[in-house]
Amino acid sequence: MPIYQQSEIYLVLAAFLLAAGIFGLLRRRTLVGMLISGELIFSAAALNFVALNHFHAPQPAHGQIFVLFIMGLAAAEVSIALSIIIAVYRNYRSIQTRDLTDLKG
Amino acid sequence: MLGILGVDAAGASITALFWFFVALTAGGALIAVLTTRVIRSVCGLAICCLGLAGMYYYLHSPFLALMEVLIYIGAVCVTIVFAIMLAEPDEPPPAPRTRATWAWAIIMLVPAFGIFLLLSHLSLAGPWPAEPVMRGDDSLKAVGISLLTTYCLAFELISLVLLAAILGALVVAREGRTREH
Repeated sequence: MPIYQQSEIYLVLAAFLLAAGIFGLLRRRTLVGMLISGELIFSAAALNFVALNHFHAPQPAHGQIFVLFIMGLAAAEVSIALSIIIAVYRNYRSIQTRDLTDLKG
Repeated sequence: MLGILGVDAAGASITALFWFFVALTAGGALIAVLTTRVIRSVCGLAICCLGLAGMYYYLHSPFLALMEVLIYIGAVCVTIVFAIMLAEPDEPPPAPRTRATWAWAIIMLVPAFGIFLLLSHLSLAGPWPAEPVMRGDDSLKAVGISLLTTYCLAFELISLVLLAAILGALVVAREGRTREH
């Protein structure tokens, strides 16, 4: 059986995407960078949905629909987050997370 | 392709293309996470999404591959690039790489690597159910039919969510008041 017809490689790749997204969320110092890492986590979830649905579910169309919904929600989330980032930049002249510490004592 | 190359060479090239897409996904994710400039990170996200489109194609869902390229590369990455152009006209000075930042990077690597190892172990060793004997239709026609029958309510709700997101983005981005210095 060729490698692309086994589910393990897809699941490991999705785990790698999730780990990369978490590492980026912890490490990034700008809001846009954190947003990009969040997109990586979304992609990991979507890849898991499609892979498990393709290999282990009797109805392979449903996973594709779930991933379509994930993509729609990700697009909505990106638009809202970017508008918030632009509003933050207007107020602070910066989108570095280090500078956004007004609530800190 | 079969006529030109023969069965073995065709299978080998399909496997090589699969590994190419895997490398695109993983490498794009690494670029998106590890670079310092944000614009390179967006390019990494675009590469990662191209690889993911290839993954979806190998998983028998070409419509998802098309949507991945269209929505993520065509809409999300371009919107992020617009936001970078609006919000960061000048490059921020690169952060100094002292010993403390390296230590923090290593400390942050620990939970990420732990999660990767744990999930990989679970997905490799987990008792997955056997492959179903009767498989339904995974064509685009089946996707469209279920979108308009079983998932009709969710389909309408996602359009409402997108409308609310557009309006909310307009409201939030337009009414940013400037702070007095």
